[in-house]
Amino acid sequence: MSDSGSCHGAAPQTVNRKAGHYIALVGPPNAGKSTLFNRLTGLRQKVANFPGVTVEYHVGRVRDESGRDLFVVDLPGIYSMTPRSEDEKVTHDVLVGANLSLGKPDAIILILDSTNLQRHLVLAAPVLALGMPTLVVLNMADDLAARGGSVDPAALAKEIGAPVALISASTGEGVERVTHFLRGTGARPIAPAPKFVFPILQTLPARRRWAGRVGLQAGYTAPAPPEWTRRLDRVFLDAVAGPLIFLIVVLGVFQGIFTGAQPMMDGVEHLINWSGGLLGSYLPEGVFRSLLVEGVWGGVGSVVVFLPQILLLFLFIGILEDSGYLARAAVIADRTMARVGLQGKAFIPLLSAYACAVPAIMATRTIEDKRDRLATVLIAPFMTCSARLPIYTLLIAAFVPNTPLLGQFLGLQAAVLLGLYVLGFIAAVGTALLLRSSVLRHAKTMFVMELPPYRRPSVQTLLLRLMDRAVIFLQRAGTVILLVSVGLWILAHLPYENGKPPAIEQSIAGQIGRAVEPVILPLGFNWKIGIGLITSLAAREVIVGTLGTIYGIENAEKDSPPLIESLRKDLTPGGAYALMIFFAFAMQCFSTVAIVRRELGSWAWPTVQFAYMGFLAYFGALLTNQVWIAFR
Amino acid sequence: MQLSFNKGGGETLAQLRTGDRAYLHRLDLPEEMSQRLMELGFLPGTIVVAAGSAPGGDPRIFRVDGSDIALRRDTASRLYISAQPLSEAELL
Repeated sequence: MSDSGSCHGAAPQTVNRKAGHYIALVGPPNAGKSTLFNRLTGLRQKVANFPGVTVEYHVGRVRDESGRDLFVVDLPGIYSMTPRSEDEKVTHDVLVGANLSLGKPDAIILILDSTNLQRHLVLAAPVLALGMPTLVVLNMADDLAARGGSVDPAALAKEIGAPVALISASTGEGVERVTHFLRGTGARPIAPAPKFVFPILQTLPARRRWAGRVGLQAGYTAPAPPEWTRRLDRVFLDAVAGPLIFLIVVLGVFQGIFTGAQPMMDGVEHLINWSGGLLGSYLPEGVFRSLLVEGVWGGVGSVVVFLPQILLLFLFIGILEDSGYLARAAVIADRTMARVGLQGKAFIPLLSAYACAVPAIMATRTIEDKRDRLATVLIAPFMTCSARLPIYTLLIAAFVPNTPLLGQFLGLQAAVLLGLYVLGFIAAVGTALLLRSSVLRHAKTMFVMELPPYRRPSVQTLLLRLMDRAVIFLQRAGTVILLVSVGLWILAHLPYENGKPPAIEQSIAGQIGRAVEPVILPLGFNWKIGIGLITSLAAREVIVGTLGTIYGIENAEKDSPPLIESLRKDLTPGGAYALMIFFAFAMQCFSTVAIVRRELGSWAWPTVQFAYMGFLAYFGALLTNQVWIAFR
Repeated sequence: MQLSFNKGGGETLAQLRTGDRAYLHRLDLPEEMSQRLMELGFLPGTIVVAAGSAPGGDPRIFRVDGSDIALRRDTASRLYISAQPLSEAELL
């Protein structure tokens, strides 16, 4: 792949670049960049991170005629070449060659929305002025035609001195012209159109006037207004129907995650138990079987069960985002968010935080105001992420009777779970208010949100995004959680005495647990829970696997009772409630700590955050258990 | 940062009623904020239409240069408007 020596002359320098030829895909937000990227690369793509910053980017492979690989890098959307958010800075640095790991791209694909051509052309001026081989893609051709607009790509190409392709990424119409351009990039150096000197336009008004003139020369007729979008907005932003629909959507997402994912989760659990049992029956009795069945299958399996739920949440968020509703939801939420010192744009990361704080914290990058972003990052881990569900579900099933509260609609178990969600939300809001009245005090910030036309989400884009998430989740289960499970199993089996593993209480793990027991005893936790609290520092859901392993080893001789039975014997109801409260508040997630550190660029904030959340968790749990003891 | 209120500038976008339109005259905002708004189409001389609002009246939605943009009322009250198009001199 390193044989890119065919480039010479006027072409950009590409020799010896490890990645081979690469093409940067850029454009304003909402121009259909990801849809085109997925069309071009399909499954031959992966998520990567820029070193130093955690701006995720997608890189995909396209093979040219000579069998050489070309790489397309999907960059964050930009409005201008003056970077204002983290996202925009990444794109800017790549385009001007300031990103050392990638180097300057060999060519650029600039994607613009043809239904709003003149405003989008404003971005074309500074990008074309870079003087790199650039293909200008006018997307949404189908939409443009349907609404009676038109443009002459050939005339535009003549005006701007760069090839132009009118396409529709969502239907695939015209995409072959983009592929053709890509192949040209790989096969031979394509010089920028010779002798075309692009004017340097300093000010925005000058660029806008240029864009208007170029649009006219290209015979651009703006399409009729998007009638459907306006009709829908009249309903979705209506004074009465708007908030109602907003609530229905949010509640529907939750309901869907819990009830919709259940059959799939049961299925996965069944599969894991069945395969674990099968594995156990084929292996000879001994240390290896114990490690594999109790350590690996028990530990990793208890986490993999939650894959369907996480994917379902990401599916819902993906549909809401790609359809355009999420932008409206942010506008509706802005007034309420402003009361706690946040802004509407924080609604999107905070909603994703119900799935997982890690992508949520990455999604805060769209918030331009630094203090708004910091506040959102700091409160996001309080939102009840899906990793808390395993321990909540387990404890609720073991300790909360399912007394009906509102007939068939709400049982006590569901009410307790809902209460835990509310608790996390209150902690987040309280923390935001606290931050705003102390370290992050400042004048009101600006909230600007573009409302794109409503669009049908592309199934391919949704599925590819889900696959990303599944891979990331399974990678975590296969690395962090696997290591913790195996490590725990080993610590629970050492030191050997007379050629036999010790009783769990005498093992290294047991000794560690008993060492922390005095600190957590007032919370109602014994040493076994103590081990779980320590292992779950890696990830919350690990505690379920840990308890499974501990009780499994403890009851190895007898027919091991289900985890629920063991817990009932080991915990008081006060301790169980305290444990739920502990998990509602504590920042038991190494990935979150790491992502906060990378996003905010220092250890100071994640350290403060970890200590603050741990403090709330410890004293919240202490209070819960002591109140239970007092009123029992 | 304290924003300076420029008196005598007349009407602002915040006063525009839904369905009304006007020419954007001047952005009285810190450089960074006005730059962001200009990138989204809020350039002096452009026609802005008040297109609606979120439930409760804030933020408001403005139609400018082909797209719908939501702005808080206090931001909109920094964007001064005029009923007539700007003269050549004002545009520069």
